[in-house]
Amino acid sequence: MDLRLRIWRQKNKNTTGKLVTYELPGISPDMSFLEMLDVLNERLIEQGEEPVAFDHDCREGICGMCGLVINGVAHGPEVTTTCQLHMRHFKDGDTITIEPWRAKAFPILKDLVVDRSAFDRIIQAGGYISVSTGGTPDANAILISKESADAAMDAAACIGCGACVAACPNGSAMLFTGAKIAHLSHLPQGQPERYDRVRNMVQAMDAEGFGGCTNYGECAAVCPKEIKLDVIARMNGDLIKSTFLSSGTRKMGPNATRNGK
Amino acid sequence: MTGVMTLYQTSIGKKVVMAVTGAILLGFVFVHMFGNLKIYSGPVALNEYAEQLRYLGKPIFGHEQLLWIARVVLLGAVVMHITSAVQLTMQSNSSRPLPYSVNTRTQPAYRYASYTMRWGGVVLFLFIIFHLLHFTFGVVGYSSGQFVNPHGGVYEVYNNVVYGFMNPIVSIFYIAAMIALGLHIYHGTWSMFQTLGISNEKVSGTLRGFAAALALVIALGNISIPIAVLTGIIGLS
Amino acid sequence: MTIETQPRTDIRQVEYTVTLDSKTPTGPIQDRWDQHKFDMKLISPANRRRFTIIIVGTGLAGGSAAATLAEMGYNVIAFCYQDSPRRAHSIAAQGGINAAKNYRNDGDSIYRLFYDTVKGGDFRSRESNVYRLAQVSVNIIDQCVAQGVPFAREYGGLLDNRSFGGAQVARTFYARGQTGQQLLLGAYQALARQIGLGKVRMHTRTEMLDLILINGRARGIVTRDMTTGKIERHVADAVVLATGGYGNVFYLSTNAKGCNATAIWRAHKRGAYFANPCFTQIHPTCIPVTGDHQSKLTLMSESLRNDGRIWVPKKIGDKRDPRDIPEDERYYFLEERYPSFGNLVPRDVASRNAKAVCDEGRGVGPSGLGVYLDFADAISRLGVQTIRDRYGNLFDIYEKITGEDPYTVPMRIYPAVHYTMGGLWVDYELQSTIPGLFVIGEANFSDHGANRLGASALMQGLADGYFVLPYTIGNYLAQTKLEKVSVDDPAAREVEAEVNQRITNLLSINGKRSVDSFHRELGNLMWNNCGMARNEAGLKEALRRIPEIRAEFYENVRVLGEKEAINQSLEKAGRVADFMELAELMCIDALHRTESCGGHFREESQTPEGEAQRDDANFSYVAAWEYTGNGARPALNKEPLNFEYVKPSQRSYK
Repeated sequence: MDLRLRIWRQKNKNTTGKLVTYELPGISPDMSFLEMLDVLNERLIEQGEEPVAFDHDCREGICGMCGLVINGVAHGPEVTTTCQLHMRHFKDGDTITIEPWRAKAFPILKDLVVDRSAFDRIIQAGGYISVSTGGTPDANAILISKESADAAMDAAACIGCGACVAACPNGSAMLFTGAKIAHLSHLPQGQPERYDRVRNMVQAMDAEGFGGCTNYGECAAVCPKEIKLDVIARMNGDLIKSTFLSSGTRKMGPNATRNGK
Repeated sequence: MTGVMTLYQTSIGKKVVMAVTGAILLGFVFVHMFGNLKIYSGPVALNEYAEQLRYLGKPIFGHEQLLWIARVVLLGAVVMHITSAVQLTMQSNSSRPLPYSVNTRTQPAYRYASYTMRWGGVVLFLFIIFHLLHFTFGVVGYSSGQFVNPHGGVYEVYNNVVYGFMNPIVSIFYIAAMIALGLHIYHGTWSMFQTLGISNEKVSGTLRGFAAALALVIALGNISIPIAVLTGIIGLS
Repeated sequence: MTIETQPRTDIRQVEYTVTLDSKTPTGPIQDRWDQHKFDMKLISPANRRRFTIIIVGTGLAGGSAAATLAEMGYNVIAFCYQDSPRRAHSIAAQGGINAAKNYRNDGDSIYRLFYDTVKGGDFRSRESNVYRLAQVSVNIIDQCVAQGVPFAREYGGLLDNRSFGGAQVARTFYARGQTGQQLLLGAYQALARQIGLGKVRMHTRTEMLDLILINGRARGIVTRDMTTGKIERHVADAVVLATGGYGNVFYLSTNAKGCNATAIWRAHKRGAYFANPCFTQIHPTCIPVTGDHQSKLTLMSESLRNDGRIWVPKKIGDKRDPRDIPEDERYYFLEERYPSFGNLVPRDVASRNAKAVCDEGRGVGPSGLGVYLDFADAISRLGVQTIRDRYGNLFDIYEKITGEDPYTVPMRIYPAVHYTMGGLWVDYELQSTIPGLFVIGEANFSDHGANRLGASALMQGLADGYFVLPYTIGNYLAQTKLEKVSVDDPAAREVEAEVNQRITNLLSINGKRSVDSFHRELGNLMWNNCGMARNEAGLKEALRRIPEIRAEFYENVRVLGEKEAINQSLEKAGRVADFMELAELMCIDALHRTESCGGHFREESQTPEGEAQRDDANFSYVAAWEYTGNGARPALNKEPLNFEYVKPSQRSYK
């Protein structure tokens, strides 16, 4: 296959970038999308041009490190991660435009590499169950219905890749945040902090500069782990409940007061 | 109260405001449409309906008292709905400073409604202003002598409507606005269920269906009137 | 800087030096860990905040250790090369985690898990460590459930289990096919909590490039911020390496692309012994390579072999569509060679046989490196639906990657490297031969001997991080007089200068070949000569070639870009440079260990049936290699292994 690539090149955080066109002949349909970029980079190195920087790690669709907007769609035409997308889904002679995730909360560091640490800070604000190591009861001491465990697992499958933010016309992180909240709120272990968690995480999410949700559904449509929009409804409902409950006022994460710990 | 303010400060809180005010406006729009359909029962029924509205809530409320309360509530709802919408739009716009050079929507066509919410909202706002100037105050869209203001105590609402819709440009504008309203209600109603946390995997299909049915009933109910006038099904009394 | 490029032709004359003290407790094995916990010195809760601990790597081992130590009150500085601690490669483990809970009432016990693990490791692991691992396995499950790990449940609400890796009991806990991910997210959440509370200072996109020793103790590390390129010194009271395995020496493996050995290799060069580097595990059921562009290999669960039949065409070079090859022209090599176990022989046996038939020219697929795993019989016997229920998600993965439908066309599989049992030598307290340097998880050599059982890697990582290191590191800190040190210590500055020198050197070579091309060449050599089956000639050949590749690397590598910016070529160059040194040690170790055991198969040492033949009389020890300087021969130190409870026996699968 012969391809024409239009790739976003940007030197660093503080400069502006632009799309640069590369001709890339001789691509095998068996290659993964990232292997195609590897080939491009090998050729760029040969020509003495700096290779394109892009994030990737496990290359088996689970670490969440990779993520490119391919022809306007986060992770490209198949509902999967960029690393699991293969070139057989493109045609000889195609022009492929490759851009980084674009969101204020995900500043571009270089070329196609963005800083997603905002996600980590949302989790740090309450995306956990406050249990320390040791002293936990036997794993079977609390029964959990299969239905709850499955619902929690559906939400917990999130890999934190950020495609939801990249795809959302509002640059909203509601699917990511909702997934973590739903994961923990479906489990009995997550109940004691359920309403504190949702308030703290939503506030952290807003503080990072993500947009609001207008239920476009683009996030769920590109999610490689097929997280459903229901997690957003659940988060909304929990946040509203937290307003009218006497619990749900504790500050967690970086805002925690000493005795709140 | 601090809890409510904390909620409002979040993006979700603003969505809650939009959902609640939207529900109030939706209720009004539905009742309004339902009342309008009295035009099919003839001039007496519709004119009487217009007059009786002034006595709504009798005997607790006096003449036009409840009507004014409703007007204030509706105005408040509109203001809050628009304020939150503007705030959320600004937040969204700032969250994606640089757009993609290629824009592809992955969503099926029926989600078209979701992409028309903001501009559709602006269109509806302009429509409401026109609608008030038109049917309520009679200052636009009429030739002289056609409009009878009910404030004079004479209720010729039926003829007001027929005269109004006999102007094809006005009718087409109304029909277009009602299509916009239908789309707005469809996505808005479903969004409301999402925002209030009512939706989940089991019921989301049903709720979507409900939103679509509601949007369809309101839009078609209203659209039927100008069409009936233009086709001569309904004429002057 | 001098680069070691001369071949070591005299590697057979290794030096035997001291016998290592593993500090293994004595007494009944059931009581050893409890007794040891009691004997260890403690640091009171109020005093813990006076100590700072560096943890490198935030996978299951590092993440759980960082969270736990911070919860206890220590100050923790944690590092990972990924953009978030949630992405470490522990996340990719599919199958499950073992624990001796005996929830199935099928006769499991701590002792049985211990027994299975020692035997599975082919009698090259330390009994005391393995017993402790089995003991704390039950606590791990409790801990994870409390954190919100959504393990699979039965309808009654109890935890579900499955059997795995040929164990005769169902002791594997799982969360769909994403157990590693869920366990890692549990540890990550615990870590995130401590970061939020300010007890852990987290440095993401930062890689450790060297270890700082002050007065003979590990007191810090030198790192490179991969976003800005800034080289930094960090000091602490102890350093913990949790940087995973070194399977990427082979270039193609199931490891993540970023997995590297730089941290452990630099620690080795500063004095930490490297134990059993040649013990690598090859997994038989991976999706085969499609061409030179291949960047990594994807594992398919071993359970596929329960219903799939493995075969190749009898005729050499037969390129027909597999469905057109008649039954009598198919060679079901495992079923023919191992009539009683057939397709279910252990990982190493299946892998070696697949390689052998491909070497004969019978391999299938475009590269000729693959064998068929055929479900046609199973589908006609059980129906498509049953097969879909059992393997649906695996078939989907396969189809996504290969574009072929395994329901109609036989799958193609080939073995791939996926775990390294070797690693830095540690004692019972997980401390390396450098005082104050602790090594946990896959980065150490400890619990798996010469072969790791399925669903045991997750168990070991979390055991080390949650329940072992947090005790033992306290014992070190309580007993050691630690002088105050600063990042401006001359020793620290000196290490930083060396790191800078290495980076400048890599950037200044400006040759013609890319880093990846060297990595591929090295990987190919290692796969062929130090892979599934090894022999003296091949290993000697590798030992001759590696210094040549290394010499060319330092003359002809092309690393573009700047030092003080994101530079992925530079990152790779540093890692490959270290892989090239580690590869040599792997070959030296493989050459010296003339027996076969577990994942290490020396063709010279096999039973008449072609099975691995251990030599307990001569090799019942851990080979811990000591770095003796640039270009010098590494010194072999032995830790003898004594088996008081599980007596060594010979495996047979006929």
